[in-house]
Amino acid sequence: MIELVDVCKAFGRQRVLNHLDLAVEKGETTVIIGRSGGGKSVLLRHLIGLMKPDCGQVLVDGQDLARMNNRQLKEIRKSFGMLFQDAALFDSMNVGDNVAFPLREHTRKRRAEIRDIVEEKLASVGLSGVSDKMPSELSGGMRKRVGLARALALDPHIILFDEPTTGLDPLMADAIDTLIRDTQARTGATCVVISHDLAGAFKIAHHIAMLYEGRIIAKGTPDEIRNTEDPVVRQFVEGRADGPIKVV
Amino acid sequence: MLGRPFLALVEGFGRIAVLFFSAMAWAFRPPFRLRLLVKQLEFVGVRSFWVVVITGAFTGMVIALQTYYGFRMFSAESLVGGILALSVTRELGPVITALVVAGRAGSAIAAELGTMRVTQQIDALASMAVDPVQYLVTPRILAGIVMLPLLVVMADFVGYVGGYFVGVKLLGINSGMFMAKTLELMEMSDLMNGLVKAAVFGLILTTVGCYKGYYTSGGAEGVGRATTDAVVISSLAILISDYFLTAVMF
Repeated sequence: MIELVDVCKAFGRQRVLNHLDLAVEKGETTVIIGRSGGGKSVLLRHLIGLMKPDCGQVLVDGQDLARMNNRQLKEIRKSFGMLFQDAALFDSMNVGDNVAFPLREHTRKRRAEIRDIVEEKLASVGLSGVSDKMPSELSGGMRKRVGLARALALDPHIILFDEPTTGLDPLMADAIDTLIRDTQARTGATCVVISHDLAGAFKIAHHIAMLYEGRIIAKGTPDEIRNTEDPVVRQFVEGRADGPIKVV
Repeated sequence: MLGRPFLALVEGFGRIAVLFFSAMAWAFRPPFRLRLLVKQLEFVGVRSFWVVVITGAFTGMVIALQTYYGFRMFSAESLVGGILALSVTRELGPVITALVVAGRAGSAIAAELGTMRVTQQIDALASMAVDPVQYLVTPRILAGIVMLPLLVVMADFVGYVGGYFVGVKLLGINSGMFMAKTLELMEMSDLMNGLVKAAVFGLILTTVGCYKGYYTSGGAEGVGRATTDAVVISSLAILISDYFLTAVMF
């Protein structure tokens, strides 16, 4: 269970998270939707302790990340996997070394064992036989898959996805959404996905939460969000420029 | 009114100090990343070898030439060897080497870490429970502190040999006098103090490179700015600290 309680974050005078509350159900996928630049990525970074809130609590299984020291944060991060927007693969390492990285850092497994796990994780995201390729040789969709394989390397309980389909063509975006849905179903992990791709959100989410002006203004199942009466959520879901959300 | 630039300067000094001390603290805590350290020793030191040899040799040669022309006016050509040895070991060896390595390795460190920052690779390290300072910064700073003195030993040697070649072989200074004046004027402490300077310069250029790269923002433009800043700031810091180190040590 992940819970954000009364979380605030400001950069200078710009208040990005404004007394935000959010509960993420264990073993389910929660997609956080909202406008670009609306603070979704900032919110996600709080969930893994890459940012600390100015006020409030970020609770993971009852422990407050905001009050943890570096050693405690390091321990709890081992139960997280994160897929970054552009995959953030280490460009000085090949694909195999990228996926093996967390295993080499945090386990005492032998080389052959690590190689087998790497192949297994790559196969689970539909990529086999690419271990020797460099990240620069891969397409955007392949990079995201490798990033997901790396995020899954330590069999995390919580997986965070930062805009997983941004920059991909619709077919590849759908393939990545299917992969996220299947991965969640297979592993039973708690998944938090940041996205403004509504088609994908409706496909993969157990719950959808909308971030607007620094707060979660609505949360519900995909059907509840699709049929909501809230004018702000309706405008976003319908993709209209006119409405309570000021676009320009 | 102190003004924003002054406050930004103080903040910059504070952040660079925090980064440096944090990196040094990690040097004594496991896991010890020897493989990364060796890689950086190779990058900062071994790959700077030839550029340091060439600049060192020509620096020694031009010093011999200039001092010869100056001292010839009052028939003191025999002092060229001693003056050459002193200027190379005390000043020119450490300073020229540091400036060259700042241009080569310091800029590359800033560019590499800056690219890792803007492509979220540093965040990825942290998200995988690996401390980015320990993984990226500590080996680079240690490599600078260790390799600069070794490079300066090489620069001092080739600088002196280059100066000897110009003074004795090309300009006809007596070889015995050249060597005798070197031994008479130069002391071991000159060489050692030059090496202490080199270690400090190595610390400065790698710390500044790491700092500018680690805190890069603003995409490709930011990486370019960080790279330029790393060279400019470390060059200035090397020259300014050289004055104070000289004032304290000699």
